[in-house]
Formats: sequence, structure tokens, C-alpha cells
Amino acid sequence: MIELTDDICALAKDVPSPGEKFYPVFEPTPELAAEAHGYVTMYPEGREQSAVLPIIHMVQEKFGFISARSIPWIAEMCKSTPIHVAGIVSFYPGIRRKCPGKWHIRVCHTIACAMSGGEDLLKFICGKIGVKPEEMTEAEPMAVSADGLWSIEAVECLAHCGFGPNVMVNDTLYSQVTPEKIDEVLEDYRRRD
Amino acid sequence: MSPEQPILPKDAAAAEGKVNVQINGTWYRFPKGTRIADACNSVGVHVPCFCYHTKLSVAGSCRMCLVEQGMPPRLAPGAIPTYNEDGYQTIQWMPRAVVACANTVAENMGIRTNGTVCTQARRAVLEFLLTNHPLDCPICDQAGECKLQEYTADYGSPTHRFTEAKIKKGKHIEIGPRVNLDQERCVLCRRCVRFMKEVVGEEVLGVVGRGGHNAIACYPGKTLDSNYSMNVVDICPVGAMTSRDFRFRMRVWFLKSTPTIDVNCGTGTNIYVWSREQQVYRITPRQNDDVNSCWMPDSHRLNYRYINSESRLLTPLMKTDAQAPQRAAAWEPVVKAVAEQLRLCSPEQTAFIVSARLTNEELFLAGNLAQLLGVEALDIVPRRGEGDGMLISSDHNPNSMGAQIVLHKDGSTLDDIRRGIKLGKIRNLVVLGEDVTAEAAIPSEHLVKLDYLLVMDHTESATTRAADVVLPGVTFAERYGTMVNVAGRIQRLNRAIDPLGGAKADWEILAALLRECCGDLPGAAAHATSAQEVLNVMAAQIEELGGVSWASIGNQGQQIIDTGVSIPLIDREKANK
Repeated sequence: MIELTDDICALAKDVPSPGEKFYPVFEPTPELAAEAHGYVTMYPEGREQSAVLPIIHMVQEKFGFISARSIPWIAEMCKSTPIHVAGIVSFYPGIRRKCPGKWHIRVCHTIACAMSGGEDLLKFICGKIGVKPEEMTEAEPMAVSADGLWSIEAVECLAHCGFGPNVMVNDTLYSQVTPEKIDEVLEDYRRRD
Repeated sequence: MSPEQPILPKDAAAAEGKVNVQINGTWYRFPKGTRIADACNSVGVHVPCFCYHTKLSVAGSCRMCLVEQGMPPRLAPGAIPTYNEDGYQTIQWMPRAVVACANTVAENMGIRTNGTVCTQARRAVLEFLLTNHPLDCPICDQAGECKLQEYTADYGSPTHRFTEAKIKKGKHIEIGPRVNLDQERCVLCRRCVRFMKEVVGEEVLGVVGRGGHNAIACYPGKTLDSNYSMNVVDICPVGAMTSRDFRFRMRVWFLKSTPTIDVNCGTGTNIYVWSREQQVYRITPRQNDDVNSCWMPDSHRLNYRYINSESRLLTPLMKTDAQAPQRAAAWEPVVKAVAEQLRLCSPEQTAFIVSARLTNEELFLAGNLAQLLGVEALDIVPRRGEGDGMLISSDHNPNSMGAQIVLHKDGSTLDDIRRGIKLGKIRNLVVLGEDVTAEAAIPSEHLVKLDYLLVMDHTESATTRAADVVLPGVTFAERYGTMVNVAGRIQRLNRAIDPLGGAKADWEILAALLRECCGDLPGAAAHATSAQEVLNVMAAQIEELGGVSWASIGNQGQQIIDTGVSIPLIDREKANK
């Protein structure tokens, strides 16, 4: 019936990622619903839709990304519609539609960091974790390593411009990063494995 | 200021609950809270808008309606405002333009739409909108009625500076069973999104993506399948939403639009019939805030194919003998023969079944005919059905109210007529504008047994096939007349195309029959030369229609009686105001 173009199809299709083995599969459990409800009650009645972003963040944190199955659930939780949630998810680059690796590396490529070595650093890290820089495209900005341990993404300003280049691994920020320093950092994460 | 001085314009306006606004150098008064865009348009100063629609919430997203705005200077503490000789304060113009749709007028406000600020702003907005626009006007259905095309011609730049590659998006997406979407032509005004959310209440459309990749989409697995979906085609300012029924069928500038009303239900939705020569191509809603706002249901909009259908009756048909087949005949001998036959019929054994799809004028003439023949058994075929809580009335006849006013009939005696035919008490039947084998539930076998069956209708049916004489009438698109909707509003039907082939307007046929049957007796109505004249005769005779004339009804209709029935969608719209 509906002729789905790639753009529209992408809303309801998950891109497979090797990182999925490190995250649980999305399941709409009562506990999850209760947690989502907690966010909904933070907003006045009739404004349940305002909770859509906190719930999206909660789902992304728990399951790594926003899967196609979770979109209608999120919509149901905050009395919104799937198309509205899909609109939000596709709007923010920080909301992922593909599962990242166990360790998600964000390399700042805004001007200050890019000029202080960020651009070379991005290529260097790609080499270290075994992905090609070309895998990061406009449509799919995140590349995941084949073992699923690592994912890398060039991001906009990490708000530490005076100390570039900046790199973030999961939620930890590393500043004035050099290839030697990142080598150590990555080695450290690898050992935690 | 001394007390003898005349009152200032601001006080005079405030006394009326209005404010003074200067638009392009001229002062006007508008009620408080009027949007700048509405204010400008109401005095003939055109403000171009893509996203703003009077029936939807304000989005302010297209920026096309940018105007230059100014206010009197803000006073220092303790300062007294000074007024010029004309009683107004000097306007200080703001260096940047504001959107006319999301801002309301204020006292002593100045608006300029012809200055450099405005011209440059509009040109820049159009340049941005056109960066990713495919410019496929030659194959676009909207061309000729496209706001982007019009505004670019009026306000755009003749050259463009954008040399980069355009962003590709989805084309000819079947977003619903009746609507196609072209994401590249879209200017992202979100009128369709807001319409589905606010008017229909089914939020199936949304905007996905970001920046240049923004696009209107339906969530996968859902479709734009509401019975009101085609209204998004009307409100889409560009060719992004197109009607699958009308796609590639005709360039709009070849079409003539005729204001008339829809005859699919008792609401009497105001419409335009778009025709070229003798062919109807599409129907679109016409704004009437007391009947249908700006909308109409898809099912009614698409029910027009029968007008130009193959099974239209184009010439009178007559059986020369009870067993003979129907043969085409000329009007004059047929009318003579029918009149002769009707005069021979015993009034007690004769019945009239008239349609509540006929106009008041035709019902009136039919009533006159029955009366002069002495026939008492006359009724309409009621069509009660489901309303949809929006614009489709539970009364599926367009003119039941008219039948009540003109004939005092509501279908309650139809059962008696049906029984009379079954038992053979009724030997002669006159059917006007109905297929009585359908809703009236008179089986063809009973019709065949009648001595005489006269049928007037526009399309071949089981009833016309059983008839002794068939008089070819016309469809709503070919006739003038009036109907009364469920809310008691009398509205006009206008002729969009001439009667097809040898068909004649129903009122004309009935008037000819009246003249033929009764000579000079029947009075003015039979000698009328137009439906409007019949209306004048009716207005003089029927209390409810007192003072009503073709001109007084106008294109927006005239409330004549209070039926206590209202149109749900209009109720909601008024409640939300």
C-alpha cells in the first residue's frame, strides 16, 4: 500500500550493529513503564508530551539506542504519537537509531578542537579501533567496530574549547588529547573488559 | 490639551473596542487582537503566507509574511505622549521585519509592506525556499494555483545564486489512498500536520529529519486514510500533497470553477465544481463558516464521476406499447403523450414518489402537478444513515428540509405507497429523481405490474428500465436551484456545465408537464422561464420562504428556519474560538 522511500523506511527499521551484544534488547516491562511514568508525572496534566525527551534519554541509556520497537512505546507512555516521537528522534543527532559499541568515543570536530589536532586524532582513533573513517557518513555518523567494543562519532562542541582537542568516552571527557594519551586511555578501557 | 479639543483617534477607537493601525500610510481601525496578516488582507494589502491558515493554529514557520512594523516611541518615566496634528503619535519603525501571522495589531501601530525591509525579507525567504525546490512546475499539478509560484513571480528574485547540489527527498509517495506526497516540493509549512492534528484529530503526519533533510512523513505502517484526507491537498500551498484522483488529468488554468453546494448529505457543504467544457474534473470545498468551514469529506468530493458517466440518460425514452421496448423520442411529443396519459389516470390509483435530492423549485412544481391531477399519494424517499460527527449529516438526502417546507412530506407515507403498489391499488406511478428499487425498496417485479410508470432521472437504473416513459433530467452540476440544509439554511445550486445531450433541467420538464396537463390553470410557476422565477413564486406562497430571493440567498446561503440541528464540526470550531 504505502510506497516507503528509504527516508521513511528508516523510521521503522533498525540498522544492525555489532554493539548490540553489550546492551539488553528493548522490552517494554512494567518496571520500565513505571520509570517512564515517573517522568510523565513531573509535568502538568495535559502536557504529558513534555516527558518525551527524558523518556527517550532513559531508553537510550538503558538500551544503547532508540529501536523501532521502542518508538511506539515511548509515544504511548507520554500520550504522543509515533510520528511525533520519530520526528524528535530523527531531529537530534545525539539520539541514536543504531546501537553503539560498549565504549562510545566522541571526538570533537568543532573549529577549536579540529585545528588543535582533532581531525588527525579522529583518523588515528579509527585506526586503533579498527574502523574506516569513510564509514562515518552524513546519513550514519557513527561507526562501530566489528567486535562491538568500540564506536566512534565526530561530534559538535564538547564545551571545553580552551583545552582541545577533546574526546569523550561514554560520559568521561578527556582534554588536550594526543595520540599517545588516547592510546593509554583506550588501553585502559580495553583492560576493563 | 484643552477640554475643547476633539477626542483623539485612540480614544474614539478604544470606545469601539478597536485600535488604530497605519497600513502603508493609511489609517484603519481593527478590533483588538486581530492578526496583522488578517488586518492587512482585509483592507486589500496582500500579505503572502504559506504556513498561516485562518482555521489552524499559528506556526510562524515559513517567514513569508514578514512585514515592517513600527510603534510610537516608548516614553521616559513621567513623560507625556505628544500627538501630531492628525491626532496620532509619530511611528518609529523597527529595523527588522516581524511575522504578520503571529503578531496582533496594537494602538498606533504602523505596518509597511512596500518598503525595502519587507521586499528584501520576502526575496530572501523565497531564495531559501527555492534552494531545494525541484522546480518541476511543468509536470506539477499545483502549477497555476501554487503559492510558491505566485509569490516567486510577485516577490522573488529573477535570478538565483544557489549552485550547490539540491538535497534529494522522497517523491510520489503514496501517503494515503487518495493523496500523494512529494517531499521535495514541500515548503514545510506544516499545514497538513496541523490540519490532521487539530481538525481531524488523527495525528498521522509529522515532520522528520533535520535542517535541509526535514520532510513530512507518515509513521511506517500508518496511512493518511481519514475521510478528510484530501483537504490537505487543498491547504497545501505547493504541490507537495496532490490528489491521486486529479493527478495529471487537467491543468488548473483550463478549468472553470462554479460555486455551488454538495448534494451527498443534508449538510449542503459549499463547494466549487471545476469543469472544462462539458466535463467535471474535480470538486473542492468552498469556505462557509456556517456550514463547512473550509473542509469537505473525501467521499463526497470524489462522488462526481456519475455526472459524465456512460449510463447518463441523454434523450427521452418511451414505450409505444406495454410490451414494446423503450425507444428514443423527441421532447415535444413525449411531453404531450405523458400529459395525456396523466390526465387519464385515476387520481386514487396514482402515486408520486419524489426525491429529496431535487431542489425546492422542482419539489414545488412536482407538488403543483400532483395537486392539479388530484393525486394525494405523494412522498419522498427518506435516507437516514450514520453521521460522522464532523460534516456528514445523518440525513443522506440533501433537501429533506426543503421537502418538509415545500411539500410538508418527510417520507412517513412511503410505506403506504409501497403497500399500495404491492396490492395493486396503485396502478400508476410517477417517480421523480429516484431509483425506487433501492432505498424505497419497491421490487422491479412490482414496477413491471404497474399500468403506467413515468420516471424522471439523470442516470439509467432498474426503475428507468421498467418505465413506460423516461424523462432525462440532470445532475446537481447542471442545474440552478435552491436546497435547505439540515440546519435550516437555504443555499443555491449553480450550473457548472450545460445539461448533457438532450437532457433538460428537472424544473423545466416539470413546468412543461404542468403547462401541457392543465393549460393556463396552474399559474405563474408553470410559466416561469427560470428556476429563479419559480423561487419567486414559491417565496410569495410559502411562509418560511417569505422574502427569500435568488439574490438574498447569495453564495453563502440564508438561514430561514431554526431546525435545532447543528453541524458538529462548526459547533466545535465556534466553541474553540
